[in-house]
Formats: sequence, C-alpha cells, structure tokens
Amino acid sequence: MSFITRGFSGRNRDRDPRLPPGQTLVEDWPVLSAGVTPQIEPADWSFEIKDETGTEHKWNWDEMQALGLEDITTDIHCVTHWSKLAMSWRGVPLDKVFENVESEHDYVMAHSYGGYTTNVPLEDLLDGKAWIAFEADGEPLEPEHGGPVRLLVPHLYFWKSAKWLRGMTMMPSDDPGFWEQSGYHIHGDPWQEERYW
Amino acid sequence: MRARRPATWHTGTVVEASPETPSARRITVDVPTWPGNDAGSHLDIRLTAPDGYQAQRSYSIASAGEGTRVVLAVDELPEGEVSPFLVHEIAVGDQVELHGPLGAFFVWHPPEPDDSTPAPVQLIAGGSGVVPLYAMLTAHEAAGDATEFRMLYSVRTPADVFFRPELDALMGVDYIYTRETPDPWPTPAGRITRDALEAAVLPPDRAPRIYVCGPTPFVEAVANWLVDLGHPTASIRTERFGGS
Amino acid sequence: MQHLDGNALAGQLAELFAFDATMASTRCGGCGAVEVLATAMVYMDAMGTVARCVHCDDVLLTLVEGDGRVWLSTPGLSALEITR
Repeated sequence: MSFITRGFSGRNRDRDPRLPPGQTLVEDWPVLSAGVTPQIEPADWSFEIKDETGTEHKWNWDEMQALGLEDITTDIHCVTHWSKLAMSWRGVPLDKVFENVESEHDYVMAHSYGGYTTNVPLEDLLDGKAWIAFEADGEPLEPEHGGPVRLLVPHLYFWKSAKWLRGMTMMPSDDPGFWEQSGYHIHGDPWQEERYW
Repeated sequence: MRARRPATWHTGTVVEASPETPSARRITVDVPTWPGNDAGSHLDIRLTAPDGYQAQRSYSIASAGEGTRVVLAVDELPEGEVSPFLVHEIAVGDQVELHGPLGAFFVWHPPEPDDSTPAPVQLIAGGSGVVPLYAMLTAHEAAGDATEFRMLYSVRTPADVFFRPELDALMGVDYIYTRETPDPWPTPAGRITRDALEAAVLPPDRAPRIYVCGPTPFVEAVANWLVDLGHPTASIRTERFGGS
Repeated sequence: MQHLDGNALAGQLAELFAFDATMASTRCGGCGAVEVLATAMVYMDAMGTVARCVHCDDVLLTLVEGDGRVWLSTPGLSALEITR
C-alpha cells in the first residue's frame, strides 16, 4: 500500500484542452532510448517498401524529397505521458510515397535502422495523416530524435512515429511490432488512451 | 550458505539527514522490517504525490550487514525529480517506501574461511559511485577481513568527496580530482586517464577483483582500459548510473 | 543515450520472481553467449526497460509497467539458468 509522501508533488502537471487524457505538457523534447543511437548519413539513407509480390519500391534521399516536401504544424503525444503542442515539421506525405505502390494488404510494418519495428494500419498513414519527416522545428532531425528520417504519425502515440526509418513491409494482418509485442496497444490512439493491451 | 534476503517493499522513517557535500545529503532511514543487506546492494525509493502520481528511483546503500538502519548518500541531479526532493525536502520523521535489498551481483562478501589466499580487491569510484564501494569498505572493516583493499576515487573537487573522514580513517584513498585539486597537489585537475588508472590500480598479476561504480561514461572508459591493461573481464564488476 | 548494467533490473524483476533474477545466467538467442543477466546492457530511458546482449546487442528482454500491470517479454532470450 502506498501512502502520500509529505511534501512531494513531482513535476508540474498542467491541464490544457489540447492534451489527451493522462498527458502532461512539456517544453523540452524528451529523448527515449532503447539502444545505441544509429548514426546514418543522408547520403547513405534509403527507403524501401516491400509488397506481397516481392516488388521493392526504393527511394534515396533526393528521390524521396523530390516527391514533394510539406510543412506541418502538429501536436505530438508520447505514451510516457508527455505531449508537445504545435511543433513544426517538414516531410513528404505518405500519400505521395504510396501513389505507385499496388498492394492488397491493409497493414504496414515500419522498419528502422537498429532493428526497431512498429505496425500501423495503412489507413492511418494515408489521407494526409502521416509523413516521412526530415525536419522538426526548422532544423534537420537530430539522430537522437530519429534523424536523418523518421516516420511522423502524429494522431497516434509517438512510438508509432518510428525513428531512423528505413523501410516498410506490407502485411495482410496487423502483426505487432517491437513495443506492441511487449505490452503496448496494437493501435495507440491517444484520445482513446490506447496505451496498453 | 549465505543468508537469503528476499526483496520486498518496506516503510521507513527518516531518522537523520545531514549535508554530505555541497550537492549531496546523507540520509539515515530506520526500516523496522529491513532484513539487512550485502555490501554494494541497492534499493528503490518510491514517492507518491497527493494526486497519486508516483516517482521511483534506485539508490545504492552506503551501509551493510544486519540492522534496520539504512544509510543513503544522495547526490542532487539539478534536472532530477526525486534527488532534489531527497536532498532539500525530506526531513527527519518523514516516511518513505523502500524496495530492497536489491542486486546480488554488485556486492562484496568476506572471503570464505577456507579461502587462504583471497584475491585483493580494487574499488574504483566516479563521483557518487563511491556509495556502494564505501559499503564494501566498511563491511570489510567490520568483518576484520585481512584481504588487501585499495580504492581509486575520481571526484570533481575536494569538497565533493563523500565520507571523507570515514574514508581517511579507513585507508589511503587514491584521489583523482577532475575540476579542482587541493593545494598543493602533484597533478593538475582533469579526467581520469588510462595512465593514471594503470598507476593507481592493482596490476593484473595480482589478480584483483575489481568493482567499478560511477556515471555510465566513467564506467565505460574505466572498464575498457582495465581490459586493455590485461584484467580479465570476469574479474571486473560494474555498476553504471544514469541521470534522473 | 547511455545504458546501465543488468544490476539495474533487480528491482523490477524482484516484483516478478522469488529469486534475484539478475544472478541468472542467460543464453542469447542471437549469438549464443551465456552471461549473468547483471552484466547485460540495460536501457531504462524508454517506454519500458530494455536489456540487450553485451556481445551482439540483441534484445534479451523487455519490461513494460503501466496501468497496474507488468509485461515481461523475452524476444532474444533462448534460456535462463537459475542456480538452486
């Protein structure tokens, strides 16, 4: 049985209507780390999508940016209870990336340099809901924040926005990724508080 | 067979709290249900706010052996959440929740009676990493153990030394000052180097058992140099700590 | 980001096991190395605790705590040896 520790309040936890339930506003940008931070040079970066036919759709840095960069202003919500509001991002919408990908499959596994994976339904990536992100707050993405390139799916908890993104595999079913296999929710909608199984 | 001390949650009462260094505080907690602890083990402290919010952190224990008085020495991490509370707020009479004793690996036991030539022990501390090593030293002393003990202690300034009077009474510690030295001092302030490490620690042909505790970069550098110098990996036990 | 040692798992694992699991020998499914769990590389600044093989960096186990529950996952652990 826990009891209240006299005089302990923890860090300030404010309420703001833009915050989903259970979230706390932060001004800094916390770094979560489950391993060594991959160091990938833009010149060495590439991205590929594998579909069920085995066809590989591949882009290098310049080819990806040539699909068309957009500026995005969005809130982000980490499942560890912090949120950042009105961050500015720059990236290529997944709609552009998937324009020429023919697949019957409705689910995607995102893969990262370093071995991280996370699963996302295709419908959460299309219709202007997700981006291949190159910049945040006007600067190239730092390696500790997933640079040079991370996925940005801001309407889901931020673990879905895979850092050090290197590719996607089309899947017929919503198979769990790294954290989804280990207790976290298969979908991760912050407004539904889909944190855990 | 050594006593088994299963870890459980306990409620303790702060009975003493005094400044240890300009940034650290020594806190003695009386824990009536404490089963005692091996030298070098740690515990978790859990704090609970009125709205139910909880924060939990691990701290090495500076005391060892039987008894219900648990001594901690907590260094304040300015961006931290629990350490500033422990260093500035918590007062004698306050109750805290403790989980322990924890960790049977980074501990020192007196040699078995049939061990006629116990390996010497080399302790290497970075900053507040001295806490579990100090527990080993006091356990060694309390056991009347004849094993050779040496300690290398890397610390920012003379004022930042934990347990100074106790350490000086126990042994001649090899200090390395990283920011500011006493005056006079034979070497300028600076981070530990491979050469300084080699000069201060027992050489590989003495086959010491080595305990290293400190911030991750310190432990990383020291452990790599020790292996470089010819110390077997299995002779080195490490305990890294992070920054929250 | 910086890792800690397997020692740091002791508190979380003591809530799950009746023995000190950091003293257990683990066999990595990735590279086959057998090491005491206390020597693994542990990352605690994440959505859970992640312990990686000190030799090949494969994930030995993860611990996720929340909602009054704990999840233990052992994606890269082929065996765990406990001395009785």
